[in-house]
Amino acid sequence: MAHIRLPEELPGIRGAMAFRPETAKPLNELVEILLHQPNTLTPGERELIATYVSYLNDCYYCQTIHGAIAAASLDDNEDLVKRVKADFQHADISEKLKALLVIASKVQKGGKNVTAQDVEAARNLGATDLEIHDTVLIAAAFCMYNRYVDGLGTWQPRDEAMYRERGKRIARDGYVSISKEYLPAETASH
Amino acid sequence: MPHIALPKGLPGISAGFAFRPETAKPMRELAHILLHEPGSLAPGERELIATYVSYLNDCYFCQTSHGAAASAHLGDEELVKRVKADFQHANISEKLKALLVIAGKVQKGGKNVTVQDVEAARSQGATDLEIHDTVLIAAAFCMYNRYVDGLGTWQPRDESLYDAMGKHLADHGYRKPSIPSVEAA
Repeated sequence: MAHIRLPEELPGIRGAMAFRPETAKPLNELVEILLHQPNTLTPGERELIATYVSYLNDCYYCQTIHGAIAAASLDDNEDLVKRVKADFQHADISEKLKALLVIASKVQKGGKNVTAQDVEAARNLGATDLEIHDTVLIAAAFCMYNRYVDGLGTWQPRDEAMYRERGKRIARDGYVSISKEYLPAETASH
Repeated sequence: MPHIALPKGLPGISAGFAFRPETAKPMRELAHILLHEPGSLAPGERELIATYVSYLNDCYFCQTSHGAAASAHLGDEELVKRVKADFQHANISEKLKALLVIAGKVQKGGKNVTVQDVEAARSQGATDLEIHDTVLIAAAFCMYNRYVDGLGTWQPRDESLYDAMGKHLADHGYRKPSIPSVEAA
């Protein structure tokens, strides 16, 4: 049971966002820019970073929904998502993304763990400053989202089909658009 | 030295914000609602929560700037130091102590918050909204702190800079930059 009275029919972060639409708006706008809007890292790559950090933070809801969005963005390759979580160094992803995942995992433990060598390694594999910035911020932001979802004791159903279906829709439509389903109209829109 | 080519002369998060204005906008808005807008705990109390979490995360820039904002709201610099060192014996309400316990748990990981922690806060008068905001402030500062330190930002040891920043934040909130050179940029 959730620690506070959240809307009962909404799982994970959606219940918390519906409880406080004022903070839901910037939370959705931030994740929209970091994970969905076009950028040089593909949405699938950025969702893998979010999934991996959520896995390190042991947040079931976040790692499952972002894993589903990642798979939907990567030709439904659910095995690749599992492989990245279990052992990304041997997953079929670019060397650049591996170097960025190293940085993300350092940020998950604490920002000071990122070293000049970690950043140099990513840069040598072609990572731009913007990609390194966004990797740091995605990892940092999921240290927030994960704590928010678990810290309120939200409902996190074990229902893979639900996450898969929703993952496809978020991959297609983005976070801000989907948020209109559970937020009051005046806060969900820009 | 910062890990990426951040604009020079801007301390802490202001350099990250200037580097990437697109993400700065919702990050500023979130801080403004969580720490400055009325309708929740007093701004000084919320700044104390932000300061305490930033202290636990050992982020110099964030604990100093939000400590200065808390001090500007509360007019009591010693109280801010006391909250960081030993909040259970600081001159703050029992409700705020119970909320700081929850914030300290969230800092370590969301699952650490127990039903008993929440019940203790509620029995001291905390509302669901105040508990929600405490959890989200603590979670959000686990983001801001990692962002500031993870980019290796410049964090000058210059107390007068933070005092001025704290006053600006206490008066105007977070929607607009609190560092003059950012305004000009």
